[in-house]
Amino acid sequence: MVSLAATFGRGAMTNHWRDIKHADVILINGANPAEAHPVGFQWFVKAKLDPTKGPGAGGGAKIIHADPRYTRTSAMSDMYLRIRTGTDVAYFGGLINYVLQNTLYHEDYVKNYTNASFIVKEGFDFKDGLFSGYNPATRSYDLSTWAYELTAPPAQAGGQVEGPATTQTGFAKRDMTLQDPRSVFQLLKKHYSRYTPDMVASITGIPADQFLQVAKIVGEMGRPDKVMTIVYAVGLTHHTTGGQLIRSGAVLQLLLGNIGRPGGGMNAERGHANIQGNTDHAISWEILPGYLRIPAPGQKNLDDYVRQSAPVKSDPNSWNFFGLNYRNFMVSLLKGWYGAAATKDNEYAFNFIPKPATNSSWMSIYDQALKGKMEGLILNGMTATSIGPDVNQVLQALSNLKWLVIMDPLPTTSSEFWHGPDMDPSKIQTEVFMLPTTHWIEKDGSFVNSGRWMQWKEQVIPPEGQAQHDHWIFADLFDRVKSLYKQQGGKFPDAINAMTTDWYKDPKKPELDEIAKEINGKDLATGKQMSSFANLKADGTTTAGDWIYTGSYTEDGNLSKRRNGIQDPAKNDPTGMGFYPMWAWSWPLNRRVMYNRASADSDGKPWDPKRPGIQWNGTTWTGDVPDYPATMNPKDPASWNPFIMNGEGVGRLFSSAMLDGPIPEHYEPVEAPIANPLHPSQSEDPVVFLYDQAAGRPNRFGKVDKYPYVATSYRLTEHEHYVTQHVPLLVGLQPQAFVEIPEELANEKGIKNGDRVRVFSERGKIEVAALVTKRLGPMTLAGNKTVYHIGIPIHWGFIGVSAEQNPERSKYWLANALTPFVGDVGARTPEFKAFLVNIEKI
Amino acid sequence: MAWQEKPLGFFTDTSICIGCKACEVACKEWNQLKGDPATFTADSYDNTGQLDAQNWRHVQFIEQIPDNKGTIATPTPIAGGQAWLMMSDVCKHCKEASCLEVCPTNAIVRTEFDTVFIQPDVCNGCRNCISACPYGVIGFNEQAGVAQKCTLCYDRLQGGLQPACAKACPTESIKFGYIDDLHAVADDRLAALQKAGYQKAQLYGRDTKVYGGLNAFFLLMDKPEVYKLPNEANATLPSRNNLPGYVGGVATAVLGLIAGLVAFRSGRMSGTDHTTTGRS
Repeated sequence: MVSLAATFGRGAMTNHWRDIKHADVILINGANPAEAHPVGFQWFVKAKLDPTKGPGAGGGAKIIHADPRYTRTSAMSDMYLRIRTGTDVAYFGGLINYVLQNTLYHEDYVKNYTNASFIVKEGFDFKDGLFSGYNPATRSYDLSTWAYELTAPPAQAGGQVEGPATTQTGFAKRDMTLQDPRSVFQLLKKHYSRYTPDMVASITGIPADQFLQVAKIVGEMGRPDKVMTIVYAVGLTHHTTGGQLIRSGAVLQLLLGNIGRPGGGMNAERGHANIQGNTDHAISWEILPGYLRIPAPGQKNLDDYVRQSAPVKSDPNSWNFFGLNYRNFMVSLLKGWYGAAATKDNEYAFNFIPKPATNSSWMSIYDQALKGKMEGLILNGMTATSIGPDVNQVLQALSNLKWLVIMDPLPTTSSEFWHGPDMDPSKIQTEVFMLPTTHWIEKDGSFVNSGRWMQWKEQVIPPEGQAQHDHWIFADLFDRVKSLYKQQGGKFPDAINAMTTDWYKDPKKPELDEIAKEINGKDLATGKQMSSFANLKADGTTTAGDWIYTGSYTEDGNLSKRRNGIQDPAKNDPTGMGFYPMWAWSWPLNRRVMYNRASADSDGKPWDPKRPGIQWNGTTWTGDVPDYPATMNPKDPASWNPFIMNGEGVGRLFSSAMLDGPIPEHYEPVEAPIANPLHPSQSEDPVVFLYDQAAGRPNRFGKVDKYPYVATSYRLTEHEHYVTQHVPLLVGLQPQAFVEIPEELANEKGIKNGDRVRVFSERGKIEVAALVTKRLGPMTLAGNKTVYHIGIPIHWGFIGVSAEQNPERSKYWLANALTPFVGDVGARTPEFKAFLVNIEKI
Repeated sequence: MAWQEKPLGFFTDTSICIGCKACEVACKEWNQLKGDPATFTADSYDNTGQLDAQNWRHVQFIEQIPDNKGTIATPTPIAGGQAWLMMSDVCKHCKEASCLEVCPTNAIVRTEFDTVFIQPDVCNGCRNCISACPYGVIGFNEQAGVAQKCTLCYDRLQGGLQPACAKACPTESIKFGYIDDLHAVADDRLAALQKAGYQKAQLYGRDTKVYGGLNAFFLLMDKPEVYKLPNEANATLPSRNNLPGYVGGVATAVLGLIAGLVAFRSGRMSGTDHTTTGRS
């Protein structure tokens, strides 16, 4: 999500599932939708079966799958490319190079809708694998060398500069001919000129001739009458270069003019039914709801906060909607949380919000526990022991705690972590509390899918036994903490005591419907629900629990309950484009395709009349809900640029919002089988945070001489992470842990199909069955090095139906015993998908 | 909406099967089947193994991955599905059903929808049908003491619903409907695949060459033998191989069956051509 926000302005799937049927080409990288999203895959099949889609004369959309393994998705694809895990920047970079060298990009789009014409300040450089501004001591970049060259500051009074109290020193210089050597376009061209087909082959293992076949098809997708979608999932995210892997695809899509268009986009497929909702509501430590940044130390008031957080307008035609409204959204959030206690005089309780001084992402939490700096931990709806990485280290972290609370409907590998591999319960002092919670079928509430649809569901069955709703447990806990503060005081009671519970009839048992209403927010003057975040104010008269959901629960009720679908397509899908605006509700403001202003040309005509997103009819924009002012005439020279969330108003080919480089560059995983062919001396990402090293713990990374095989971990259709170990019918479909081994490697090692094997890394081992297959195979890297992948499905552990049948062996079924405790610099997402192992027959 | 009393069945298009096994699970959930004891078979992704009393849908996984140095090209657009075959197998509801012919108690009947149905309360557990079925579809439920197989969700059909497997199939690889309609859909799909260069794509059971035609027929991406299905040369009843000596016996048996079924059918059967001329 980090990289999409840094490129387009919002961190989510740009389009939606149904929209995939409009694509001519579907590029799938780091994803296995036929297995991980089988229901969503119907839209891929529909595109395939539609003779009007496809490159050239049509005949059906082409699916091109690049993956280390030949999966059930590959089986449905028109082309399969065996790519080394974690090298997709090289693949996309090669395609970018092909598109630029052969002038296949969408010229009007690139000039007007991207920052290709923006001039980067003198001093920006990229040499020997490092961008300018690198500090080896802190392993970080000074991002100020990646800025635009600015024009003189604009006139102060009146004019077009509106917005928050952000520093505005001038607009970015542009060269609309794209010839300036410091224009983003030329920098990009130079950067990717190194990504020749041979270089792509050397890094990825995809033979150059096969790569060129794909390049030819992809190159055609820069035509206005063609459109391609890129679909990805955690196969791109779960790398130390995760953000850049995704951004390289996003850059390709901007060059081809495929963002904002039906059938196009950069489409993140989320791994849980509600993970998009989780992210939107700030499951991640560095954000508040609606992707507002968490306040940072030193920000004394709202002015400081907004100045350092809000996007800055850098082009005269940029609306800078987000920057303009940042303060409105933040104050409305604070007003929603603190009610009457949030006043103008106390900066609307801004100082009640914590300002974390250190990274608090997933691995950082366990890093703190390993250091003995954590007393307790509440695990809600996830099992740390299984989700890793490096679970032996996580198990050690859990053992260091004084107490551990598990909130889950069923036993997990964390609620019984002392049964884990090589654990000695007599030496563990952690007190564990198991709070049984209701399963999602036992409560109502909403799921937000990858395509940003908030869909309400009803309770199916009443809760069993003593199970309580998660939100009731938290409400009760909050109430008790509040009482303690009231009785005993404390260092800073206001932040807790002043929080309002006015939204709930029973503050100890809030209804999810009440919470949905609270999230939408209301106008405090009228008492009415807000209908749009555009009306939120910074004067304390409006609330919004999460501004991107404002509009989901209006005076018309909870719109996520709407179900006007395919029972009457003529009525419910008036455009025929599959937007179904009256089905549930989609953020932002029920838009189905984000950035849809870019689906039409400068005059407001769709790039492809057969696949319109929105279009200008002379007085208003029609079609999807416009991601743009509804009545802004595109022919007006002062009309806004299309990407309203970015300060530039355009999509970013070059983005200074990434911590590890403004242009995606291929770096090797932390554990890699070869040195980076582009710059062997700077093989891996130079700013990756090394937890063990920073904490003074021994290094837990392995080298290729001891661990010669590349491993990658993944899910199978038959299971949903770890919880389905409790579902006998699904256990029957995939009953026990196994690894997938290429036939050639199995022959070398004398391993037969079904044999038990031990797979081990520097961190741990698993002992499982071997599935020998030709779906995996050798690849040639860096000219002449043969490398094998080993595939490791993740679903098993020492809890559940399979484990009960084999309690001793099941201890060594935790796939994440193998994975490294290291992640992406921005998101800190662990590198689950690329690491080194060895294998032996047991 | 109730189904008309016309032949109903499945067209399973294996070219768009993603091997998700939702059909297997939906079938078991609806029909309250527990499944066989969980066993890891190391046979690609198939741990179900076969059709039997507990498995009325079974997704086969057939790996025929060619040797390759990086790519496995599928020859042409429209569909891949040639290197890793996935096929959701099911009772074929044969027009000339061996099981039905050998059943001594008339427990196996042809329904008003032209499907083959085992009445559990009439089955005496003799297992003749199990050995007679050329597809190995039927299994024995030891607890209930009866032979079991796909009912084509006869109970759901009564309520105007479609079978659970077809309902659950995300890619519409399993299509359910009136056979005549499905034939047309299948013909179009085959034509599209052939046009796209998939020379081995073929329909199985669409015509009468396989056991008189199958009410659950398939589009296959390779020869029937690859999917462990008898090819046309082998897919005939013994009666057809040995007509002169057998026809009398069959005729008698058929008459007997028809007589025995009149009461059962009279309330519900449409009396269309198939049901009266069929061997049922």
